[in-house]
Amino acid sequence: MTEHALSVHTENLSVRFAGTPALDRLDLRLAPGKIHGLLGRNGSGKSTLAAVLAGFRQPDEGEVRIEGAGISTPLAPYENAVVTSRICLIRESGDVADSLQVRHALLLAESLRPYWNADLAGELLDRFEVPTNKRMQKLSRGKKSALGAVLGLASRAPLTIFDETYLGMDVPSRAAFYDALITDYAEVPRTIVLSTHLVSEVSTLLEDVVILDNGRLVTQSPVDALRGRGASIVGPAKVVDDFTAEFTVLAEERLGGTKSATVLGDLDPALVAQAASAGLEIGPVGLQDLFVHLTAPVSKGARS
Amino acid sequence: MVFDERSPIYLQIAEQIKNDIVTGALAEDEQVMSTNQYAAFYRINPATAAKGFAQLVDEGVLYKKRGIGMFVSPNARDLLRTGRQDGFFADVVDPMIREAKAIGVPLRDVIQHIRKYGDS
Repeated sequence: MTEHALSVHTENLSVRFAGTPALDRLDLRLAPGKIHGLLGRNGSGKSTLAAVLAGFRQPDEGEVRIEGAGISTPLAPYENAVVTSRICLIRESGDVADSLQVRHALLLAESLRPYWNADLAGELLDRFEVPTNKRMQKLSRGKKSALGAVLGLASRAPLTIFDETYLGMDVPSRAAFYDALITDYAEVPRTIVLSTHLVSEVSTLLEDVVILDNGRLVTQSPVDALRGRGASIVGPAKVVDDFTAEFTVLAEERLGGTKSATVLGDLDPALVAQAASAGLEIGPVGLQDLFVHLTAPVSKGARS
Repeated sequence: MVFDERSPIYLQIAEQIKNDIVTGALAEDEQVMSTNQYAAFYRINPATAAKGFAQLVDEGVLYKKRGIGMFVSPNARDLLRTGRQDGFFADVVDPMIREAKAIGVPLRDVIQHIRKYGDS
């Protein structure tokens, strides 16, 4: 499975824009052959990280190492054709020049991408109804995004990064993209990174998740583990407060005498039973809610 | 099938397949979808689907034929039915009685309804 997949390893990775950190000492490991979600709010550093991983820019500090798919010793991607030919970063519309016709963009990709699959590209262009004889500047935003998705999938690159590629696509097109992604990934497993803030849409596609906030790593975890990490607790305010005293409280809301708290932590069955008999309702917290709470501007975890 | 946030998706996949076996939608010794087919159909990560299937193999609900795929175990239906019978009163009947008491439905009405509905 890993023969066609790259692994990524960053250490102390920092990027600064005019002295302001965009990425702040990131230590990351992306396992080969998985679909990773790169989640963060706007301005959290997702795009900067994607650009550094793809060798589009150099880190100011620390390092990125890429390994696998014929690369036996870990290498930095920047200015290294051996590595970058195996990495495909698709930003919104695939960085295609405006004056270029779609069919020329495809030929260019074919000449640059060692694992390019023209049949797949043709099939996907049909599915997304992208006209190949038009110039890029004549395409609607949705079609540009769709072309980006096609270029990324058909590259079959051992590390393929979609940086909010699907933002311009409407809901049915995004669904078609997710379908195509899963189907082709099952056929040719490779390392895929989906950078997005549309968490609920992609959560079932992901195996591992990286959450960034203000350039820092909030957490890196398998999705299943993350799903079990939060709980919502609802009941009489006083009882909720007593129960949640030993947990990290991510958020709380009050309505009259009733209080709802979102906590981080493992709730074992004994604890859940104890809470239930105290009159509390315990519920799960979805990935999207957990994401919202973990990246909230002011964390309520620091309450006294 | 719509997955909810109540539990890991692989467990929900396993539950759904178990349900299909209990209701007879999946027959014993019938081949189940491959994990990749399943992943594409429900738009989920293939590794997640594989985890759900692996759990069912561990529990003896499915068995593997090398190079062919996965099949429903010959005794799977009995196995699952016995398992669910164990929890039936605690999981299904007790909550109903609690609800009946809470909203003031006399238990004799409940029993009468069960007799009537069960006979029809």
